[in-house]
Amino acid sequence: MIREQPIPTIDWLTLAPMTTVVVAGLVALFIEMFRPKQSNGPIVTVSVVGLALAGALTLAQFGMEPGPTFAGMMVRDQVGLVLQLLLIGVCLLTFLFSDPYLREKKIAFAEFYQLALWSTAGGMIMVSTTNMLMLFLGLEVLSIALYCMAGMDRKQAKSQESAIKYFLLGAFASAFLLMGIAYIYGPTGSLDLGGIAMIAAMPESGYLTMAVFGVGMLLVGLMFKAALVPFHQWAPDVYQGAPTNVTAFMAAASKVAAIGALARVLSASGALQEFWLPALFWVAIATMVVGNFAALVQKDVKRTLGYSSIANAGYVLVALLAHVKKPDQVPLTTALFFLVVYCLMTVGSFAVVSLAAKGGEEGTRFQDLHGLWKRAPFAVGCLIVFVASLIGIPPTAGFFAKLFIFQDALSTGLVPLAIVLAVTSAVSVYYYLGIIQATFVSDEGARKTVSANPSFGLNLVCLFCALAVLVVSLAAAPVSQWLRGSTQLPGEAQARSELQLDSGGRVGAR
Amino acid sequence: MTANQVVFLVLAAIAGLAAVGVVAFGNNPVRAALLLVLNFFVLGFIYFTLGAQLLGISQIMVYAGAIMVLFLFVIMMLQLHQRSPIVEGREGRGVLAWLFGLALAVVVFASVIVPLMSVSGSPIGDEYGTPQSVGRVLFTTYVLPFEIASVLLLIGIVGSILLAKRRL
Amino acid sequence: MTLPLPLATSMTSDVPLGWFLTLGLFMFVVGGVGVVVRRNPVVVFMCIELMLNAVNLTFLAFARYQIVPGASTEQAALNAMNGQMMVIFVMAVAAAEVAVGLGIIMAIFRLRNEADLDDMSALRG
Repeated sequence: MIREQPIPTIDWLTLAPMTTVVVAGLVALFIEMFRPKQSNGPIVTVSVVGLALAGALTLAQFGMEPGPTFAGMMVRDQVGLVLQLLLIGVCLLTFLFSDPYLREKKIAFAEFYQLALWSTAGGMIMVSTTNMLMLFLGLEVLSIALYCMAGMDRKQAKSQESAIKYFLLGAFASAFLLMGIAYIYGPTGSLDLGGIAMIAAMPESGYLTMAVFGVGMLLVGLMFKAALVPFHQWAPDVYQGAPTNVTAFMAAASKVAAIGALARVLSASGALQEFWLPALFWVAIATMVVGNFAALVQKDVKRTLGYSSIANAGYVLVALLAHVKKPDQVPLTTALFFLVVYCLMTVGSFAVVSLAAKGGEEGTRFQDLHGLWKRAPFAVGCLIVFVASLIGIPPTAGFFAKLFIFQDALSTGLVPLAIVLAVTSAVSVYYYLGIIQATFVSDEGARKTVSANPSFGLNLVCLFCALAVLVVSLAAAPVSQWLRGSTQLPGEAQARSELQLDSGGRVGAR
Repeated sequence: MTANQVVFLVLAAIAGLAAVGVVAFGNNPVRAALLLVLNFFVLGFIYFTLGAQLLGISQIMVYAGAIMVLFLFVIMMLQLHQRSPIVEGREGRGVLAWLFGLALAVVVFASVIVPLMSVSGSPIGDEYGTPQSVGRVLFTTYVLPFEIASVLLLIGIVGSILLAKRRL
Repeated sequence: MTLPLPLATSMTSDVPLGWFLTLGLFMFVVGGVGVVVRRNPVVVFMCIELMLNAVNLTFLAFARYQIVPGASTEQAALNAMNGQMMVIFVMAVAAAEVAVGLGIIMAIFRLRNEADLDDMSALRG
């Protein structure tokens, strides 16, 4: 019977964006091969064109019939498309300010662009698959490329140290993820996430214990990637040590991919939520509290932003929990909207922080930003917008993103989470304002600080992110409405009713 | 006790002891690496007893062969074995970790594995685990993951050049 | 071709599934403890490899024993392939990870001639 295994039907359009990004990386590799150690201009151009093409291919698929392809290895659905587009955007924005930064740091290696492109492709796989094998492969493609990028500054001990920490903890987390997959595979015989819903319906209690253990381990692995407390220790170290453009990419892309995968796993295991919901409830609280309070005492801007990104992961987890608790009432829109806004703010602020690099030196402590206001007024102006949005001051998108999460949490009965969200957001004002304050302090004291001249690309990134943060807020309601379209994961309907179980043969064991 | 069970118990004892040895002799990387080779080698045989012929062979060639040789190569090149034993001043933490780990294992064992203690394997067909059937599935249903894995290996190549080449 | 007894997958295996899973769990926990206890990055990495192999063993045990209730023989044969595929890909990923991981470790050694996780303290708050 295995000999008659048919060749699966392939919907090339579903695979097209991911494939385009991979091919753009290959073309960039060939360019580097034929003209090594020269300016990276052509490589950046090719990468940006490839990403734009991939973005167009993703946009073209909105509104198309959702469904799996390649025997369920990839799926096309609204959530996956939004997140894919977001990942492509993050990569594009990072590339725009990377080249001048890398040249200032004297580490202008072309390999960065290829690795970042492939890493993006890995993230795109993670957010649009329901197959756990593909989820694992996507995760590894994303992470292994990131380990290399984190350690690419080979003369700096802290870059190497961040690479080894990230690598060892990432591989450790992968082992947990795999053990989880094994114990879900055992009772279902399938590598599809849809199998989890089936186990919950099985009469034998032994199967349920296995599935709970499996889902638990799987969640531990993904929580490591999303840097949720208590699996967050690596994040500040790695964010601080890695080159700043890599940090920007890592903070945005790996979080989007991990949260996207987490959303799929949680939706698919909605039937088991009595087991994991209480645990994740406390994880969300701990993440918000630890992220925000630890950020208060940091002396390094990148570290502070690292803790801030942990706190933001906590907020988005609240949105996910609200969604999973009442999928019919609360769509995944809130989480998606928050992720979009988070990426804009994060990439923008790290882009501004990257100005602190000059002539191979880079200081990222608060006092290294002193006087930045005079040297790069436009960038600092944009930084004010990002910080205002991170705090959640009303006219910015960050305010609406948090407000939506707050409302969702209230309407699904997760009141303690809503309260913790509000209180910790208030606490965050202090350290966010510290960043702004540092740029305004005069540097004519004991120590002269240096910073690079903002390049055209960096100004463009700042302008785009700042405008987007402001415009999205003006259009918060319509954007949210548009995202609301059909942002339900396929797993949901399955867990609730058995209606779609046989659609497209996604659940192998049926 | 049947012959199969005796074979399994002997192999499992070797694999388990080797695994403990990797951790216990961890302050001598060469010794740990050789014990790990032993563990992987024995695991290959356990895969054979599970009927996974192709994977048993790959286990011995890929893990016990290629991967562990790479480990030993790096250990030798960096002369890790000649360094003064690296500080292990965390005895208390070590004992705690062992206790915690074993407690966790016992809990999982009691709740998850005990119900499966009496499950025996039903016949699963002659094709199981042969190179033909594995290859057939790998290049039909799993051809997309196969391609992704090729990207992954490419990342491994480009990445390790980026990290380890003397001059870029 | 007929295979010697333990290999014959057309016969019933009398080694219980739980035994394989126990060995897998044991190796996984020992590897996990090793990651926490050991300080040398190369040894920590070896412990992670031990954990990955424990996972592979678990996959293969589930693949061979097929405990899915109510699955037909054909379905069981297909399900069994899923587990073996997972093991193949874990091996491929492990190979890529080893290349990158040892690359990072070598880069560190070149930079500071000493690799000890306890010494790494440039990144502190």
